[in-house]
Amino acid sequence: MTLDQISITLVYSAMAVYAIAFIAYAIDLARRSAAATKAVDQARMPAAVAVAATRSTSGDSGTDAGIASVPESTDGMTVDAAADGRDETSGRQAMGDTVAYGRSPSLRVGVAMTVVAWLLHLAADLTRGIAAERVPWANMYEFALTGTLIITTVYLLVLVVSKHDLRFLGTFVTGLVLVLLGVATVNFYVSVVPLPPALQSAWLVIHVFVATSSVGFFALGFALSVVQLLQSRRESIVASAKAVKQSFLATLPDSATLENLAYRVTIIGFILWTFTLMAGAIWAEAAWGRYWGWDTKEVWTFIIWVVYAGYIHARATRGWRGSRSAWLAIIGFSTVLFNFTVVNLFFKGLHAYSGL
Amino acid sequence: MSPRSDPDALSRPHDHIDAPERDAAAASLRQDGAVAQPKLGPVGWLRFAWRQLTSMRTALLLLLLLAVAAVPGSLVPQRSSDPNGVSQYFADNPDLAPVLDSFQLFDVYTSAWFSAVYLLLFVSLIGCVIPRTKHHFEALRARPPRTPARLSRLAGYTERPLALPEPVDGASAPAGSANEAADAAIDAAATQLRQAGYRVERYELRGEASVSAERGYLRETGNLVFHTALVGVLVAVGIGGGFGFSGQRVVVEGQSFVNTLAAYDSFNPGRFFDDANLDPYRLELEGLDAVYETENQEAIGQPIDFTAHVSVQAQDGAAEPGVVKVNEPLRVHGTDVYLLGNGYAPTITVRDPDGEVVFTDSVPFLPQDANLTSIGVVKVPDGLADQVGMVGFFYPTQSELGSGAYTSSYPDLIYPVLTLNVYRGDLGIDAGTPTSVYTLDPSSMEQLTGGSTGVESIELMPGDTVDLPDGLGSITFEDVSAETGGDPDAAADDFSQSVARFASFDIHDDPSQGWVLVFAVLILAGLLVSLFVPRRRMWVKAARRPDGTVVLEYAGLARGEDPGLEDAVAAFADKHSRPARWSSSREAA
Repeated sequence: MTLDQISITLVYSAMAVYAIAFIAYAIDLARRSAAATKAVDQARMPAAVAVAATRSTSGDSGTDAGIASVPESTDGMTVDAAADGRDETSGRQAMGDTVAYGRSPSLRVGVAMTVVAWLLHLAADLTRGIAAERVPWANMYEFALTGTLIITTVYLLVLVVSKHDLRFLGTFVTGLVLVLLGVATVNFYVSVVPLPPALQSAWLVIHVFVATSSVGFFALGFALSVVQLLQSRRESIVASAKAVKQSFLATLPDSATLENLAYRVTIIGFILWTFTLMAGAIWAEAAWGRYWGWDTKEVWTFIIWVVYAGYIHARATRGWRGSRSAWLAIIGFSTVLFNFTVVNLFFKGLHAYSGL
Repeated sequence: MSPRSDPDALSRPHDHIDAPERDAAAASLRQDGAVAQPKLGPVGWLRFAWRQLTSMRTALLLLLLLAVAAVPGSLVPQRSSDPNGVSQYFADNPDLAPVLDSFQLFDVYTSAWFSAVYLLLFVSLIGCVIPRTKHHFEALRARPPRTPARLSRLAGYTERPLALPEPVDGASAPAGSANEAADAAIDAAATQLRQAGYRVERYELRGEASVSAERGYLRETGNLVFHTALVGVLVAVGIGGGFGFSGQRVVVEGQSFVNTLAAYDSFNPGRFFDDANLDPYRLELEGLDAVYETENQEAIGQPIDFTAHVSVQAQDGAAEPGVVKVNEPLRVHGTDVYLLGNGYAPTITVRDPDGEVVFTDSVPFLPQDANLTSIGVVKVPDGLADQVGMVGFFYPTQSELGSGAYTSSYPDLIYPVLTLNVYRGDLGIDAGTPTSVYTLDPSSMEQLTGGSTGVESIELMPGDTVDLPDGLGSITFEDVSAETGGDPDAAADDFSQSVARFASFDIHDDPSQGWVLVFAVLILAGLLVSLFVPRRRMWVKAARRPDGTVVLEYAGLARGEDPGLEDAVAAFADKHSRPARWSSSREAA
């Protein structure tokens, strides 16, 4: 068995474990929905009782019904929801407020499996690099292999660093990584071949690695922005409607928090992308004799940079903060994916290194 | 409202999230065409337009427009990066191409509409940066603002008890000593804040001592550096680029070229370029080494390395050896020499029927595929009965396809074969109109071999000589390894050195390059600073409560993104009040 075959086996193993992690995360989301619904039910019941009580005594509409809490339930979750005394607002209150969501075994399984998958993935990437005797990011298959590894790495890193519990992003992260790895192994795989002269440069190590890293941050920023949009939609519905179907969103941070988190992750990606663009220009000067020539890949690198610059400005513009800027982050990541797939495969240009 | 009238404002565009709200309200009122609005004079309209242009919303829309405007350039081939693609596009879409061309879609990045977008964006940017720079210089000299009356409304508000001096004999401390303790605590806070990089100012309001502190001026500096450096890049590219040139030249092994305008195959001078500035050094290609993969079954024939060994001779100096590789340009005499391509230049000699040489040259054949199947044209204008042109295919390693057509199966010289179709007649070069050396116009010529003539094409291996049809003369495919003495031990079937190679050099000079790099570094540095240095204010006040006790109040204010503000206030309060807490715990005991 050659090292490359070992690498492939490790990739498939990692994919299997990612799949398990994905299922665990998905179960967790389902449980969040259940917990949110339960919180509303729990909130309504005592509230109704309390209202009945207050009406019978004084009719004071501002009585606090206190906190309805459910002790440790069988599925290992505790649900707390504050309820207001007024019957009409009680349910709405519970829906608008963030529902506390405690320990979840499936979430823990998901994170543990993500770590295992990450280790397998890392081993796969390293063996591929050793087999090729160079950095494992010189063709499309290897970009995908390393890129997805970085997406997972950034996710795990953010879990460690962030003060907020962002494990709910696991569904997105493992799902995306799984799909990309699947596409990469099936459609992009090429065996180990030597580096063409154009790629024999120290910039291959720096430029491509930094580019892939920024994709990892953009991916997380994208996920957070999507959840932010869902959350702000839920918040506005809650603010206007009397009843809504509960969803897992009630257990997640509010949209403002998500927006701030998305911003912080995305600006790191933006700085890395700025560096990518500059390092690419320096490399292009050495390899092609000009630092900028509007090659298709350069064009899309520029477009991505401008879109994210727009995102950062939108965050500072009245009327654009919030959902509009979130859409820009989503468009930004779409252009990143477009650049990686469509531009690599179908556009003619100097960056013809997909190996396909 | 001028920025001066509100020292607290950051001189942002009126719709910036950090700009004072009332200003924005006034602006939106103006936009809505408020009822009581006085008629705008020409100056008023100009002011209005300028204000709109420099607003955040306009800048944002221009940014997004720029992104969208850049897209077509990746969908349609561009003259700047892919001129052959443009010609092909015109050939493939004869109806559509002229329409696209009228919208400058083949020159997107120099088109009027693309330029309009980025120029407006930069005007907007400059209009925003200049007042901000002025304001920032003022802010750098200004004192931190007065401590607000009610800190409790601000971010991270927290309070700590004031450490009072040791009470004597259980008697309550006199008011004077509390004031002294408060002063001392505020002094200590000022010192600690200054050490933490804050600019501090003591204030005394209604008998309450306080310190106002601000840090992170670097954030705005970085922001301004970032935006100014963007303008710098644009100016460097727009003006500096005009002083450079780029030229292409094909050089065959053993030949040389002199860096003069006439010597270039193609030459693109910048707007302000003066060809008197060309330093006429001589560059000789001594040899070109091409290495191809031979072992890895998945990558047989894939290029591993191209190295051009050159010698460079200054106008009045000794020759110096040099090396040009794909990622390693040779930087000599103020120019950069790049190796952008290579191929074979079969050496062909044509003799008239008497055996007199009428043509001998190494003719560069342009590679058509990865295995270097190459096409070239040989033109023999004089010496034969008629002008003769030949269109040739060169196969470094010839093999036959099922259809009988030839192809090359490996890029190195294993079994080199040259085939030629011969034409006689008028080459069309006598009129003096410039024609490409790589194409032959057969419209006024008669084809003698190949194609529909029924005569086999001429087929040669290195060293072979055959007669031209019609008794025109003979043609020889020279074996250059024999010419140079070659390797006497080489086997008869070793063709590895039999055909000369050529290198395609790009020679550039771009004086703006260094400037662009400097601005790029400034952009990155400015960006890092402006995104990660928090700009914040912090206040510590010894506030007197109605019951006469004095507590220390701490609060902060974020100016721009500052996720760590509340933690920073809490951490500072803890650090500063540590002795106070110590004494209060003693009191409790």
